[in-house]
Amino acid sequence: MTDASWETLSNQAVAAAGVVYFLALLSHLVEWAGLRRLPADEQVTTGRTAMAGRLGLLLTGIAAMVHVVALVGRGMAADPNRVPWGNMYEFTLSGSFFVTVIYLACYRRFRLAWMGPIVVAFVLSALMVAAIWLHDPVAPLTEALLSPWLVIHVVSAVIATGAFTIGGICSVLYLLKERSKAERGYLARLPEPPALDRVSYRMHAFGFPVWTFAVLITGPIWAHQAWSSYWNWDPKEVWAFITWVVYAAYLHARATVGWKGRNAAYVALVGLATLWFNFIGINYFSSSSQHSYAGVVGDGSTATEVRS
Amino acid sequence: MSIDPTGRQASSLPPELTARELGRWTWRQLTSMRTALVLLLLLALAAIPGSVVPQEDVDALAVSRWQDQHPTLTPVYEKLGLFSVYDSVWFSAIYLLLMVSLVGCIVPRTAVYWRALRARPPAAPRHLTRLPEHATYTTSEPPEEVLTRAAELLKRKRYRVVSTSLDQPGPGEDAVSAEKGYLREAGNLAFHLSVLVVLVGFAVGGLFGYKGGVIVVVGQGFSNTLTQYDDFVPGSLFAGDDLEPFCFDVTDFDVSWLTEGPAAGQARRFVSHLDYREDCRQGHETEQRNYDLKVNHPLTIGSTEVFLIGHGYAPVITVRDGNGDVAYGGPTIFLPTDQTFQSFGVIKAPDAKPAQIGLEGTFYPTFVLPPEGQGLPYSAFGDAVNPLVSMLVYTGDIGLDDGTAQSVYVLDKAKAEPVEKANGQPFRVDLRPGDTVELPDGMGSVTFEGLERWNKIQISRTPGKLVALAGVVLALAGLLGSLFIRPRRLWVRARRGDDGTTYVEVAGLDRASGADPERLREEIAALVGDGPDIEQPATAAHKEQS
Repeated sequence: MTDASWETLSNQAVAAAGVVYFLALLSHLVEWAGLRRLPADEQVTTGRTAMAGRLGLLLTGIAAMVHVVALVGRGMAADPNRVPWGNMYEFTLSGSFFVTVIYLACYRRFRLAWMGPIVVAFVLSALMVAAIWLHDPVAPLTEALLSPWLVIHVVSAVIATGAFTIGGICSVLYLLKERSKAERGYLARLPEPPALDRVSYRMHAFGFPVWTFAVLITGPIWAHQAWSSYWNWDPKEVWAFITWVVYAAYLHARATVGWKGRNAAYVALVGLATLWFNFIGINYFSSSSQHSYAGVVGDGSTATEVRS
Repeated sequence: MSIDPTGRQASSLPPELTARELGRWTWRQLTSMRTALVLLLLLALAAIPGSVVPQEDVDALAVSRWQDQHPTLTPVYEKLGLFSVYDSVWFSAIYLLLMVSLVGCIVPRTAVYWRALRARPPAAPRHLTRLPEHATYTTSEPPEEVLTRAAELLKRKRYRVVSTSLDQPGPGEDAVSAEKGYLREAGNLAFHLSVLVVLVGFAVGGLFGYKGGVIVVVGQGFSNTLTQYDDFVPGSLFAGDDLEPFCFDVTDFDVSWLTEGPAAGQARRFVSHLDYREDCRQGHETEQRNYDLKVNHPLTIGSTEVFLIGHGYAPVITVRDGNGDVAYGGPTIFLPTDQTFQSFGVIKAPDAKPAQIGLEGTFYPTFVLPPEGQGLPYSAFGDAVNPLVSMLVYTGDIGLDDGTAQSVYVLDKAKAEPVEKANGQPFRVDLRPGDTVELPDGMGSVTFEGLERWNKIQISRTPGKLVALAGVVLALAGLLGSLFIRPRRLWVRARRGDDGTTYVEVAGLDRASGADPERLREEIAALVGDGPDIEQPATAAHKEQS
């Protein structure tokens, strides 16, 4: 296959994955519409409603496989072949993929059935944003990105982003559930707040060391090689550090009297906001970032610029 | 910055305080969990301005540009230290307080941990069934056997086990206590300690290191002395004579250009070929070696590192004055202003006769002139396909006479005037390599002799970088321990009832925050399931505790 046909395949796979995620979302909506009519403590294991839930999960699994094809195609379309996370579009594709993967991997262990509609809706939106606003044709990487650290630094940032995103979803649901007095419907069927808090914590506890590895170990090592200084107070670095500090505060808050539960959940959401702001927002506020692969104009001039 | 399961709290202010009490109260406030948390959030908040306002240490040029655009805000920002957030008083105050809080937290906790390490697992609580996770069963087996088997099982699972029934009478004599997961707190302490290690490494680098940049025209060389640097940022305790005596020549520079695809125009695989010596002092010369300097592949000489971070064009320009004497000559560094390497540069010939000559303009590696009325000339490509230099000419006083230092990249036009054509339009010289243009009024001529390239080389020494790296690796290891090791206690109590059957209670306490109760249940179930001849196994109603 030529590079061009790999790229076409990747684009088609993104569209196909979007369609399958949409079908999965529809199935979950049918499922939850059915569950609405039943009392919250009644478990459903047979019949149309349960079927729709299982179908939603199956479709999510299929969508994840198509998602893999999109990522592989993207990597194969580049010359030379590379990992598919060289720009914003590819980062969004990989990040949303890891959200799905983490959800599926933890589905059984944490009994995440209730998270299905939200995760699928989130991933679908992320794919749409990527395809509509962030799409860039496959381009060779700039010189500074040609490093083994691209694989390890970015993949750890992507995985941590996925875990924090799922943790953040849990925290939002925790806050809603905690206030809710509903006896039927989605909120009523969510696990009790302590259980939600626990899943949220587990996601953050997984994401935080990975983020530490990405931001404070591999990032500085690579920065030292490419830019001559391991910490440059570059805007992306500053915000990655802010995210790190906020999530450290979250872990700390969970152990502090008066901050457990609700306040800790708020801190987690602040962390998620800084994480996403760093991913997208900071590009619009600062033009001096050396992480310019992520630039809005995609100029990709990292390390070729002279700043004297 | 401590994660204390008991959540040590700051006490409220008592009405009357002696100085000593006040000191103690302040210390307790500062080292409380809540203060640490607030300081962490403050640190995050305080880091924000540095990402929005240009920073002196990061991009001095952007700072001066910003200051020109915001004349009213600049003095205010300067007072607040907003152009240098990360060395400002308030930023330092936050992290120093955080460090004090951290030390105040880890020292006493290390002592507590040290005692806990040597302590025996605590005796079984009187009412095991009041613990959230517990199970009971009855069996015909004698209590001693139940307890012995439980102790063995727990020891196999690497619990620290105390069988009070066997070695000492007293309360809890009929029970086995077991504890495991001591390393969680060790990891926790290691994480907190590592923050200090990283800070020390970072500070050493900042105080004793340096970072400098130099633009070297290909074919020319550099020796590592202060005077050769274009910009040099030493750490505050850096000794100026402490530069390693290496030198290098940039013998050649390769670059290839992408001519097609979405990234067309991008420079690739740029390699600077260096000949270098580790010691260039006369009489101490070491042998000459060569190195291909590339992005991501710095050259390490001793503890100093040399990086290739940029490249550009240096047109060789000769300026002859009215007398035909060479008033200026040589490769002139033009700084790229965009991706196409359209570059800006300045030439100053203050000694030209009869009048000073200043030139300022643009170099286009691939010059394109759009049709009349369709925009300005531009460079279509970074490679030198159709190179052209286009400059305006100035004369008068170009500001070099009074001896004040000036940037070589800026022409001081305050007292200079543009040279004009007969029709009053500014006089522009457009030159291709080999071209010469005569200046009006017998001022002289300008020749574009040829094209050289330059490399921007960054040279830095960062002592303490391995300390910082070791610090973050320790932090990660400690973090993994403190997040994933579950400290937990298990108790088994067996009592003979009046009817001769043995009543057994098993209970556990997970001391990790956010642990999955399922896993403790499994461990309890393993202890229950191990006994033969079990009747009425009953587990606790698994009610969530808020």
